[in-house]
Parts: sequence; C-alpha cells; structure tokens
Amino acid sequence: MSLSTLLRAPQIWLQRHAQVALSSLGRLFNNSLASFMTCAVIGIALALPIGLHVILNNLQTISGGWDSGASISLFLEQSVSDEQAAALAQKLRLHQRIESVELVRKDAALAEFRRLSGFAEALEALDNNPLPALLVIQPKSDYSTAETAQLLVRELGLLPEADIVQLDLQWVRRLQAITVIAQRAVLVLATLLGLAVLLIIGNTIRLEIQNRQAEIEITKLIGATNAFIRRPFLYTGFWYGLFGGIIAWLLVAISVTLLRGPVSNLANLYESAFDLSSLDWMNILALLAGSAILGLIGSWLAVGKHLSAVEPS
Amino acid sequence: MIHFDNVSKRYPGGHTGLSNVSFRIEAEEMVFLTGHSGAGKSTLLKLIGLLERSSGGQVHVNGRNLTRLKNSKIPYHRREVGMIFQDHRLLHDRTVFDNVALPLVVSGLGHKETGRRVRAALDKVGLLHKEKEPPVTLSGGEQQRVGIARAVVSKPPLLLADEPTGNLDPELSREIMDLFSQFNQVGVTLLIATHDIELITRMNKRILTLKKGTLDGDTQAEGSA
Repeated sequence: MSLSTLLRAPQIWLQRHAQVALSSLGRLFNNSLASFMTCAVIGIALALPIGLHVILNNLQTISGGWDSGASISLFLEQSVSDEQAAALAQKLRLHQRIESVELVRKDAALAEFRRLSGFAEALEALDNNPLPALLVIQPKSDYSTAETAQLLVRELGLLPEADIVQLDLQWVRRLQAITVIAQRAVLVLATLLGLAVLLIIGNTIRLEIQNRQAEIEITKLIGATNAFIRRPFLYTGFWYGLFGGIIAWLLVAISVTLLRGPVSNLANLYESAFDLSSLDWMNILALLAGSAILGLIGSWLAVGKHLSAVEPS
Repeated sequence: MIHFDNVSKRYPGGHTGLSNVSFRIEAEEMVFLTGHSGAGKSTLLKLIGLLERSSGGQVHVNGRNLTRLKNSKIPYHRREVGMIFQDHRLLHDRTVFDNVALPLVVSGLGHKETGRRVRAALDKVGLLHKEKEPPVTLSGGEQQRVGIARAVVSKPPLLLADEPTGNLDPELSREIMDLFSQFNQVGVTLLIATHDIELITRMNKRILTLKKGTLDGDTQAEGSA
C-alpha cells in the first residue's frame, strides 16, 4: 500500500460511512409511513417517562422553594418583655447559622391578630395583651435544609426565653419523600419502556434483514465482511432511535405548552409566580443521545442474532 | 491456482456431494467442469469460493489452504475469486452501475477509482450505455454480462462460473464464452461449470468430468502437451 492510499484511507472510510448513513436514511424516507409509525411508537414509549420526569422536576422546584424558604417562628415566654426580646433578637443576629431575625413586638402581634382573626371585640375585653413577642428567624442558606433547620430549632428551644419553636416542614418532608418514591417509579418505568424500545427496534431490524436477505447473500458472496453488512442496519437503528427521541421531545414540549396556561392560573390563585418548566437543552441532548444509543443497541442485538443466520448457498 | 487433494463433501443426512476428488489447475488455465446435474459441479465450485467447507481432504486456492482458513478471513478470500451464477444474482433495486460497483464498494475503494473501474468493466462487456438502468429492464444475456462485469471489476486472478450460459441461446452463449476467452488471454484463471458439451468441445480446452461426486475424466485440450 503506497503512502497516498494510506493517507486517503480515513477519508474513504468517512465517505463510506456518510454514504451508508444517508442511504439508510433515504431508505426510511422511501418507506415513510411505516418508518414514521415505528418512530412514533418509540417516541410515545420514551415520552412517558420523560414527561413524568419533567413533572417531578417541577414538583421538586416547588417543594425545594418552600424548603429553603423555611423560617423558624420562636415564640417567647409571656414574661419576656419587648425590650428583652429586642436584646435577644440582637444577640441571635450574630449567631453563625442565622441570616436574619425579625422581631414582632407584643403590640404589633396583637394588632395583626386583631386585624386577621376577627376576634377584635373579644380582645377588647382582655385587660392585658395575651400574646407573646415573636422572633421570625431566617436560617442561613447553608443551614436551611430540613435537617439542619431542625438542629437550629432544637438549639433555640433550649433558650431560657423560648416558649414554642415552630418549623413547619413536616409536609414538605412528606412531599419530598413522595417525590423520591415517584422518582424511583419513573426510573423503573423508564427502564421497562427503554427495554420496549430495544425490542421494537430489534424486531423492526429483524424484519428488515428478512426483507433484504437476497441482498445480504449477494453481498456476502462478493466478499463483504460482517461489519460491512451490519453497518446499514446499525445506521437504520440509529435513525429510528434518533427520530423516536425527537418525537418524544416534541410530545413532551407540546404537553408542557398545553399545561402551562392552567398551571400558571392555579399558581396565581396561590399567589405564586411558579412557571412550569420544560426540558432544558442538556435534557434534550441527553434524550436524543440516549434514544439514538438505544436504537444502536437494539439493532446491534438484532443484527448479531439474525445476520449470522444468512449465509450464501 | 487450484489444488484439490482427496477432497470429500458429505452433507448432513448422508448425501455425498464429492468423494476423494483430486486435481490441480495451474494459473492462467481455462478449464471446463462438466457432468450431469447432481454430479457435484456446484459443490466443487462452492468449495473453492468457500460457500461450503469440505468434510475431508485439502483445498488450496491461490496459495491459501482453505481447510484452515478462519471464518473471519472468508470475505477476503472471496474478493480474490470472481463468481458468476446461472441466475445472475443481481440486486434489482439498484442500477447496473451500482451492481457492478458492489465488489469495489465492499473492499472500500475510493469514489473516483470505483467509477473508472466500473465503466471499464461495463465497456468490456459492452453495456456501458446501460449503466443507469435497473437490471430488470435488461435481457437475460445482458444481465449475465452485468454479472460478469461485477465478477471481473475487482480484477480477481480466478473466475468461477456456474452454468453461465444455462438460460441463453447458442448465439449468446458463444458471446459469453468469447468474453471468458478474452479474460483468459490476459491471465485470468477460469473454471466454468457447464453441461453444454457441444459448446465446450468447440472451445478446445481442458475438461474435468464429474460423475456421482467423483472425478471421471480429465481431458487436456487437443494439440496441447
């Protein structure tokens, strides 16, 4: 082999691959209805776990927001005066785990209670203010997870001035636990449907091999290696996977668009600016790469099993 | 070029294709292989192209011991053996050009060189003007010539033909044989299986005769040594 042919080898190799990739793509388009249906089945199978994944991500955004926004309500003993409370607030502001402390004086608490509760007249009948002073404590962001906030709650509860310390995170935690279960379920579902995609592509490729049996025999007669014969089928599987992935992406994107309006309505009712998020670019890339790889694996399995059975006679 | 040493081929189920066949064909020879159908002509050709493996004895082709050749090396062996079939074995969803180009595509030849060689081969068999046609629009004789162009396009040193004139009238058969003679004159070794006795006696070449799987006769061409 001369140097020039040696140098041209990679170029020819690329040329051949591009040719095979394009011709297998052309084959799919020639038989567009059947190919589309196969891709659609793959797309729907992939869209299901991907859609659930998007929903879960959104749920986590919501519950995550609540979690990190958790503040601790420290109700002081009735005997603690506003001045003492202010001093304590000042002291706590220096605490390394506390971001900010808001003091709600007894009078202010009473005024707010009067305004919001509707017990204004009943409160008039009381001689003195029954409400304690309240410190609303915002933990530093490093300490604002459910677990670390809980530690802070315990510490604050030990203060002599403290009466009740409240961290209302129980339901957030429950939601998180449910989310973890749901994530697991989505993972199981994704595995099963991924397997289904493998089978769909494998079966499609098997039929394709049967249809092209004569061609495979003739090419083998002429001296084609198994790799050469395998190549167009692998590309076909790759295209099926890729197009299935694109359809899955479109299905999820369309669904999210359809849901966005009603969800933001609901969010408005809760006075939240929550916006339903769809797949980001990284997710889309991962989806397309994953589905293309599934296609490759599916066709590889089918080709490995069925191609060796075709020998020229 | 071809050396059979005590070669046997038994099929599962007890049928014997060949038994104890020995002969030697030198490079640049043109040899006919004849015998009744079922005598083992096709089996013998299949052993040379490694479409089948012998069950006994040694087969050497082009300096290679086929008995010991690994399955993964078979494609490379077949590239050195041009094969021509009675039923042409063309791909009907591709043009004549693409059919002839197939052996070059398979062995990874560049685009330009492929085009040049395919046109040369088609020109040789007189079908250059049909390169863009699909094979089905061609007559039987023309399809056979496409098959021949495909077999020679990669310039293999050895050509095998299994009943290449089986479906052709005498006129076309003679044309095909003339083509084979021309290849032989430029140094290609040919082994042609046929039961057309009349045709091969006229060609005046060496004839191997098979009978029930054994070598029944080996007649040299008249006037040669």
